[in-house]
Amino acid sequence: MSGYLEGVLVLLAVNVVFAYGGFLPLAAGQLNLGLAGFAAIGAYSSAYLSNVFKLPPLIAIAFAGIVAGAVALIVAAPVLRTRGIYLALATFALGQIVQAIILNLEVVGGAAGYPVAAFIRLPAIAATATVVVALVWLLFATRFGIAVTAVHDDETVADLMGIDVRAFQVAAFALGSAIAGVGGGLYAHHFSFIEAQYFNISLSITIVLYVLLGGTQTVFGPLLGAAVFTLLPEVLRASANWRYVAFAAALIVLMALRPEGLVTGAQLRRLLGLARAQPRHAEVAAALPKEPSG
Amino acid sequence: MLAVHELEVRYGRVHAVRGVSLTLAEGEVVAVLGANGAGKSSLLRALLGLTRPCGGAVLFGGRDITRWPTSARVRDGLILVPEGRRIVMTLTIQENLLMGAFHRRDHRAVAAEIADIYDRFPHLAARRHHPASVLSGGEQQMLAIGRGLLARPRLMMLDEPSLGLSPKLSNEVFALIRRLNRENGQSILLVEQNTQRALELAGRAYVLELGRVVMEGAPERIVADHALQAAYLGRGTAERRGGGQHATSAS
Repeated sequence: MSGYLEGVLVLLAVNVVFAYGGFLPLAAGQLNLGLAGFAAIGAYSSAYLSNVFKLPPLIAIAFAGIVAGAVALIVAAPVLRTRGIYLALATFALGQIVQAIILNLEVVGGAAGYPVAAFIRLPAIAATATVVVALVWLLFATRFGIAVTAVHDDETVADLMGIDVRAFQVAAFALGSAIAGVGGGLYAHHFSFIEAQYFNISLSITIVLYVLLGGTQTVFGPLLGAAVFTLLPEVLRASANWRYVAFAAALIVLMALRPEGLVTGAQLRRLLGLARAQPRHAEVAAALPKEPSG
Repeated sequence: MLAVHELEVRYGRVHAVRGVSLTLAEGEVVAVLGANGAGKSSLLRALLGLTRPCGGAVLFGGRDITRWPTSARVRDGLILVPEGRRIVMTLTIQENLLMGAFHRRDHRAVAAEIADIYDRFPHLAARRHHPASVLSGGEQQMLAIGRGLLARPRLMMLDEPSLGLSPKLSNEVFALIRRLNRENGQSILLVEQNTQRALELAGRAYVLELGRVVMEGAPERIVADHALQAAYLGRGTAERRGGGQHATSAS
């Protein structure tokens, strides 16, 4: 495999992980613009763990996810008190704070950046991405999917049905942040060098775009969104300088024509002929009478 | 089973509920009537803990639930079928039903009850895996009631279940409510602007006006009192959207 191809595929896998980190909060109705901050926390903590404590990279990355998730849990109380555009601003500020702290943290190189000694290649990264995607899909096949969708669409009615709105908001926020942390850890251990500047607001916005453009209604959306918008600039590479213009134009056209994203639930049902193969809430579904055909 | 004592709800300067007391016994259908702004919705919100009352108490099943969070009340069997139905459109019909059973762990019973609802409403069954947005208003109301039933209500509260429905569909909804009460002994608190239909169904009724209970008792009494008031005092506000024949300007 050429170095170029491996590089693109690694980027694709990392972006898919990032996209699922963005999907969880968005599915619960939170516009999280601090995802890059959690990715940074994941990148730096995994790098520190593997550099200093000589942990195997994948173990370090798993811990990094836990660290990012724990930080999210701690800040969830004040941050999730805000809503809508204010939540976006609060998370944006959070990302900036993380960046500023890292810039001043000499133990991980500060503004000079932080080299990462351990190195992982495509197979390990792709496998980790697959595990992350599978876990999120499984999670959304349970009652969690119903609860998060209900919280997203109508908090009051979720409350009225006995769904603990707050708990699911915090869970979506923290799990998304943990996944973003894992993405950051993967990035750090492949590209061997990290600097605070990489984890800026534009990374957060890109992650959110993957999800919004791929579609928030199904768990397939982020996968498609990340794939299309990682590969599209590469495909457009032939036109050199104009590719970013073409890419931006493609974004605008897509937003205008398909505001709901590339894939929606209804479309998938049409494609698959029937429905969700396995209706959510498996315990109940197993005991239900089968649907009449047609 | 439900006892409300001198309940007070304020939103800033607006005094929405002013010392409302009401009771509801097991197996009873009680109607709460009143015009827009009479305080019906505020009363329901306070009963469910969506609004903190600033005075009074709510007793449910003999326990003081005035300060309970909403989720605890729901687990205790206080279930609202909200105004405007509030179906989650991006979920499938089946998922909306499952949402009603969210706090339950007896999966087999839930499945049996869902099958039961499908038997009762074949049009829901046929499209169970479609998004709820494919349903008509009447079907959505049936789904909302089905969702409420799956929550195992000890007391089911219905907020304007006939709102926005054709007379024919309203009849179906009221017939369903009547059956739930007669056949299952379901206790029901019915909040309606359609006074006439609500009084046909209820064993007792309360009429709210500007946050106060202005009349209570058996339906016949309310009808008689009401006709008298409308005729001699020009106070027909509770009837405006209902029968219509007494419509007068709000004072």
